[in-house]
Amino acid sequence: MQDQTANDRKAGPILKVEDLSVAFHQGGKTSIAVDHVSFEIGRGEVVALVGESGSGKSVTANSVLRLLPYPAASHPSGAVHFNGRDLMKAPEAELRQVRGNDITMIFQEPMTSLNPLHSIERQIGEILELHQNIKGPAARERTLELLNQVGIREPEKRLAAYPHELSGGQRQRVMIAMALANRPELLIADEPTTALDVTVQAQILELLKKLKDEHGMSMLFITHDLGIVRKFADRVCVMTKGKIVESGPVEAIFTDPQHEYTRHLLASEPRGRPLPADDTRPVIMEADDVRVWFPIKAGFMRKVVDHVKAVDGIDLRLRAGQTLGVVGESGSGKTTLGLALTRLIASKGRIAFIGKDIAGYSFQEMRPLRNRMQIVFQDPYGSLSPRMSVADIVGEGLAVHEPALSADERDRRVAAALEETGLDAATRWRYPHEFSGGQRQRIAIARAMVLKPEFVMLDEPTSALDMSVQAQVVDLLRDLQARHNLAYLFISHDLKVVRALANEIIVMRAGKVVEKGPAERIIEAPEMPYTKALMAAAFDLAAVKSDVIRQ
Amino acid sequence: MTVLPDARALPDGAPPKGFLSPTNQRRWENFKANRRGYWSLWLFLVLFGLSLCAEFVANDRPVIASYKGEILFPVLVNYPEEKFGGFLAETDYKSDFIRDEIEANGWMIWPPIRYSYRTVNSNIPHSAPTKPFWLMSQEERCSGYPLGQDDPGCILGNFNWLGTDDQARDVLARVIYGFRISVLFGLALTIASAIVGVSAGAVQGYFGGWTDLLMQRFIEIWSSMPVLYILLIISAILPPGFWILLSIMLLFSWVGFVGVVRAEFLRARNFEYVRAARALGVGNGTIMVRHLLPNAMVATLTFLPFILSGSITTLTSLDFLGFGMPPGSPSLGELIAQGKQNLQAPWLGITAFVIMSLMLSLLIFVGEATRDAFDPRKTFR
Repeated sequence: MQDQTANDRKAGPILKVEDLSVAFHQGGKTSIAVDHVSFEIGRGEVVALVGESGSGKSVTANSVLRLLPYPAASHPSGAVHFNGRDLMKAPEAELRQVRGNDITMIFQEPMTSLNPLHSIERQIGEILELHQNIKGPAARERTLELLNQVGIREPEKRLAAYPHELSGGQRQRVMIAMALANRPELLIADEPTTALDVTVQAQILELLKKLKDEHGMSMLFITHDLGIVRKFADRVCVMTKGKIVESGPVEAIFTDPQHEYTRHLLASEPRGRPLPADDTRPVIMEADDVRVWFPIKAGFMRKVVDHVKAVDGIDLRLRAGQTLGVVGESGSGKTTLGLALTRLIASKGRIAFIGKDIAGYSFQEMRPLRNRMQIVFQDPYGSLSPRMSVADIVGEGLAVHEPALSADERDRRVAAALEETGLDAATRWRYPHEFSGGQRQRIAIARAMVLKPEFVMLDEPTSALDMSVQAQVVDLLRDLQARHNLAYLFISHDLKVVRALANEIIVMRAGKVVEKGPAERIIEAPEMPYTKALMAAAFDLAAVKSDVIRQ
Repeated sequence: MTVLPDARALPDGAPPKGFLSPTNQRRWENFKANRRGYWSLWLFLVLFGLSLCAEFVANDRPVIASYKGEILFPVLVNYPEEKFGGFLAETDYKSDFIRDEIEANGWMIWPPIRYSYRTVNSNIPHSAPTKPFWLMSQEERCSGYPLGQDDPGCILGNFNWLGTDDQARDVLARVIYGFRISVLFGLALTIASAIVGVSAGAVQGYFGGWTDLLMQRFIEIWSSMPVLYILLIISAILPPGFWILLSIMLLFSWVGFVGVVRAEFLRARNFEYVRAARALGVGNGTIMVRHLLPNAMVATLTFLPFILSGSITTLTSLDFLGFGMPPGSPSLGELIAQGKQNLQAPWLGITAFVIMSLMLSLLIFVGEATRDAFDPRKTFR
C-alpha cells in the first residue's frame, strides 16, 4: 500500500473487513444478507462495491459503523478493523466518536438525509460542535469554508436556507460538506449520485475526486453503475447474493473478468440500435405547439399572477414503428408532455392521434381510444396495484375495452400477453410483490400490450431497474416494436438507453425544446451547449464548466 | 429473476382456491399472534352468540312442551291460555294452575333461566330489589312461595342468579337481553356510519377540488353541532326507539370516518397504478372501488372496533339519562341508573359495571389486535 496521507499513523490498510456476515431476523425466519465478506481499503484508495440491488452492498457498508437496525440484524461472524481497532467489539460510546469523525457517510437520497427543519448552517454546525466543539463565529467561518470547498455558489446567502430550498445536487453537496467537516480518514459513499441527474452526477463525482486528492481520504464507494466505477475507483469488489465473488484492480476486472457474474454484469449495458427510420409510414401521433401551464395563484382573491410553464410549445411527429426519445433533466417537463399527449392532463395546442384531433376530447370521448394508446410507467413497484393478482392487473383493460370477451377468452389473451413479454403464464395468479423489479416491469408492459395498442408512452421504463435487467427490457421493447409496428414515445434521462431505442430525439429543458433531430446526429454531433454538456455527462461522466448547467 | 416459492400458486394455471389473499393471510396470522386480542375475539363471539339466542337462555316460557300428546313450542308460538283451560290471551306458564295442568298432561322443558327481561318475579321473599339467591338461605329464598320450602316453584331455574331490580325483574335476564341490544345497536350504527362515511370520504378524496372544499366546510359546520343537546331535543319530540335513536346518532357519527378515508384517497389517487388504470380507460367508480378502496379499508377497519365501543357507550349513557330506549326495554344504561338509585342493592351497580367493562375491554382488545395486524411494519416474534 502506498501511503499518501500526512497523518499516517500506522502502515497497512485503513479499513480491514474480515469474514463479515449479517443476518436479518423477521417473523421467526432468518435470512443471511451478507455472507462471509472480506476486503480492505488502503490509505488514499477508492474501493468500489458493485452489485445489483439486494446484493448486500449497502448492508455491508452500514455494518462498518454498526448502523443496522439491531437486534433485528446481527453479525454471526466477522471483524471490522479500522486503524487497528475492531469496531465490531467497540462499545457504543467509542463508536459514536468514530461515526461522523473518522468515518463519515453520504447517502443516496439527499432529500431525506438532511433534516428538513434545520437550516444548512445548523445542520453543519451540529457536527462541528459535536466532534470538535467549535461554536459561534468560528463554526460559521468553518461552515462557509466547507461550503466553498464543495462548490456551493454564494455560500453566505445559503447559510440560512432549508433543504427544500436547494436543488438535489446542492443538497448532496451539503451532505458532502457535512461528511468532510471533521476531515475524516474514510468516506463511505452509498450510491451518492443515483438520485441525481446525469449532469449533476458528473459534477458531484468531479467534486468527490478533487476532495479526495486534497484531503488524502480513503473512500468506500457503493454503486451499481459500472461507468462510475471505471472512472473513479482504484479497486473493485463485485458482490452478488451477499458474497464478494471477485475483487481486484479496476483495469484487471474490466479487461479480464474471471467470475461469470462479473462478465454478466459487464455485458449488461443496453446494446443494439433502433429499428431503421422510415418516413413512409403513417403518422400516429402529431402535436403542434402543445402547452401545459400550471397557474400560480397569489393574494386573497387567488388571482393568477404567473404560470409554471411545464411544457411550453412543443411540436412533434411520430410514425408507426418508430421511437421518439424525449431526454432532459428532471423537472424539464418530459413526463408532463407525455401525459398531455395521452390526454391525462389538460393542455393547449393541437394533438392529433391516428388522424383525430383529440385535444378537445372529454374523458368519455377518449375512452374508445384508450386501448390504442398505452402507458408504461417508471416505477414497476408503484404502477401495479398490490392487491390485485397479475391476471386481474393485465386483464383489467380488456374488461373495459372488450367487454364481449368471455372470461376464458380473456384469460387466454392475458396468458398470451404474459408469454409474449417473457413471463411464465402459470404465474398469473400471483401478486406483484412476489416478482422482481424486472418481472414487474414486464407485467406492466404486458398490461399495455394485451390491448394491442398503436402508441405506447414509455415513461422512464428502465430507470428503476438494475443494469442487467435494463438491457433485457430494452431488448424486449425493441422486439415488441418490430413485431407489432408500435410507435414509442420514450421518455428517459438515461441516454444510453435512449440511444439503443430512439430514431429521433427531442432534448427538453424547462418545458422547451433545446434541440431535436435524428438520434444519431444528436448523440454524435450535438450543436447546442446544453446538449453537449448532457452528452459529455452521460457518456464520459465529464462535468462541463458551463452556464447552461445548473448545480 | 427467481420467483419466490408460493404455496398458493398452482402449476396448471387454475386460479388458486382459498378465501384470503396472501396479504390477508399474513394479517390473520398477525392477528392470531396477539393472544389477548385473539382470545378476546373468541370470548366476545361466544358471548354475542349466546345473547343472540337469549330467548332460549332466559325466558318465562318453556322451550318445548308436550300437552295432551301435542308438541308445543311456546318460545316461538304464542298459544292462548284457552288451550290449557285458562282465559287470558297469553299463557302465563309460570302460574301454578297452568304449570300443574301441563305437568299433569305431559311435560315442559324450561330454559336455564325462567325469566325474560320483563318478567316480574311475584314470589320474591321481601320487597324488591332482591339479593342474588346465593346470598340467602334456602328458607329465605323460598319464603315468597305459597308453600315455602316445599313449593314446587322453589327450584334453581326460578332463582335470581344476580338478584332482581327494583321492579322485581331478573337482573341476569335483563343483562343478557341488554348485552344483545347494545351490541346490535353498536354494530348497526358502526356499519351504517362506515358506509356513509367511507362513501363521503371517498368522493371527497378522489375528486378533490371544489367537491372536497365544499364538503369539508359542510362537515366542519356539521360536526360543530352539540350532538348530545340535539339528541336530547329530538328524543323529547320523537317517540324513543331503536331505529329512531339509530338514525339520529347516524346523522353525526359518520363524520368520524371521513377524515381517514379522504386522506387515503387523496394520497392514493396519484399512485401510478391509479394513473395506469385511468390510462386504460377504467371509469371513476371502478377505480375508486377496485384500486383505492382497499387502501382506505385498512384505515377504516382499524377504526371500526373503536367506533363500535364508542356507539355502545353513547347508547348506554343516553339510557342512563333516560333519553334512550323506551321504558321497560332491557338496557345496561337503565341498570346503571337503578344501581345509582338503589345503593342498598350493590349487585345492580356491580353487575352493570362488570358487564360494561367486560364488553368494552373485549372490543378494545380486539381493536388493538386488528390495528396491529394491519400495520405492515409490526413484526411478531
